[in-house]
Amino acid sequence: MEKKEFVCIGCPLGCNITVETEGAEIKTITGNTCPRGADYVTKELTDPRRIVTSLVRVAGGELPVVSVKTASDIPKGKIRECIKTLKNIELQAPVRMGDVVAENVCGSGIDVIATRTVEKE
Amino acid sequence: MKKDLVIIGGGPAGLAAAIAAKEAGVDDLLIVERDARLGGILNQCIHNGFGLHTFKEELTGPEYAGRYIDKMLSLDIPYKLNTMVVDLSEKRTEGENRKLVTVMNREEGLYTIEARAVILAMGCRERSRGALNIPGYRPAGIYSAGTAQRYVNMEGRMPGKEVVILGSGDIGLIMARRMTLEGAKVKLVAELMPYSGGLKRNIVQCLDDFGIPLKLSHTVVDIKGKERVEAVVIARVDEHLKPIPGTEEEIKCDTLLLSCGLIPENELSESLGVEMNPVTKGPRVNESLETDREGVFACGNVLHVHDLVDYVSEEAAQAGKRAAAYLHGALKKAEKEIPIKAVNGVRYTVPASVDVERMENVQVVRFRVGNVYRDAAIEVSVNGRVVSSRKKKVLAPGEMEQIVLKKTELEQVENLQEITVAIRQDV
Repeated sequence: MEKKEFVCIGCPLGCNITVETEGAEIKTITGNTCPRGADYVTKELTDPRRIVTSLVRVAGGELPVVSVKTASDIPKGKIRECIKTLKNIELQAPVRMGDVVAENVCGSGIDVIATRTVEKE
Repeated sequence: MKKDLVIIGGGPAGLAAAIAAKEAGVDDLLIVERDARLGGILNQCIHNGFGLHTFKEELTGPEYAGRYIDKMLSLDIPYKLNTMVVDLSEKRTEGENRKLVTVMNREEGLYTIEARAVILAMGCRERSRGALNIPGYRPAGIYSAGTAQRYVNMEGRMPGKEVVILGSGDIGLIMARRMTLEGAKVKLVAELMPYSGGLKRNIVQCLDDFGIPLKLSHTVVDIKGKERVEAVVIARVDEHLKPIPGTEEEIKCDTLLLSCGLIPENELSESLGVEMNPVTKGPRVNESLETDREGVFACGNVLHVHDLVDYVSEEAAQAGKRAAAYLHGALKKAEKEIPIKAVNGVRYTVPASVDVERMENVQVVRFRVGNVYRDAAIEVSVNGRVVSSRKKKVLAPGEMEQIVLKKTELEQVENLQEITVAIRQDV
């Protein structure tokens, strides 16, 4: 039996979670306050993912950039590629909160959406 | 101009307070905000993790602010942007107590609003290089982490290419990731204390994910470069937080970000003469979040620095509700304020006292601890007798804790004198 310690990143509580594994099999998960904690460590052991937040340039807006996020978490290994893709996009103001900025980013099946509204200048 | 209620600050605290006051029947109210937009610092916090507690979903800062701004606009709550409150004072005449809020903006000039009640929601600001006493020249390339955050996230500019961050507060950790994703090389985060001041989850997802080293018990002792930062010298510190000679190490960089704590912004509270808590550097408040000045309430980071905006919103809604009760004559005068004493590792509590008659059925008391404790318990005593003890695996200064007081339980205590909150380690 192997023991691994994690700090859950699901919310700011940051639960200390202990996982006991035998080979690839998860035996016990302890220390999590909610089911998200169990999901997090399971993913962390098999397919670690993160929500990515960044910026996309906007032309003619009240702000030169709009904040964006991946609509859900993408594989950790694709973070850099995702950021690179976003750097090559320029939007035209206005941009609305929730607008899709990039579809299926890096083939992850997940869209990138705007997290604020940027009005025309 | 006369108003029933003036709310100073249009960030998360001011917005939630205004909404709660309006919903409790206060129609004659006004939010005064000095920035060009509502939402405060949330506008530049583009990372996710906000709102899990309140909305049961993970939002970014602008999205979280957006929810409150939409609500506020739908309630037709009036607000003034680009307007700075420059003075706050009191006018007492027979049976009447008015607050004088002096404001200034480009369109209307300088004028005074007479308010029956005021909610202080001014937030906090970052500790500056001057306050940290770092020697050296004053080259370009030194920013507070929050200033860098604004440049990067709202203005689309990069402060530098090779970065050292002093202080492991949450904004510093978040900026370590932001700058890395934007193409900068973050060489290290140095933290004076033997523990981080930020949330554990931020160490995992902002430093560990990107292999950025966190050097605990280290500080910056010198900044090199005359026109532009060329390097910083870091050194290990001893248990008295003094740099140890011989441990200096020069790190080449063009940018130094400072994330060394937040200070509640209380110039206005002080000009009114509100009693302050030297630990939180915010006003001392009772169970109604009312300061020692009748009709003056405080909430959010101006009261004490929070780690979660969700708790700011919750606290601010309480302040708004209580201010409404005060304006409607439904908040009786505080007569028997029972002190809540913070002892043995508990640095302070908010509120600092409760009037059992005035309190609601469930009263949340928030606090921070002064050190890292493992396998300890949070113990609440009433008149010296332990009434509750809750075990905690880890307690750390970076994370706010809370206990709950119940009115029905306190009412049963004969001759209630004091409530204490303490950390017990031998559990």
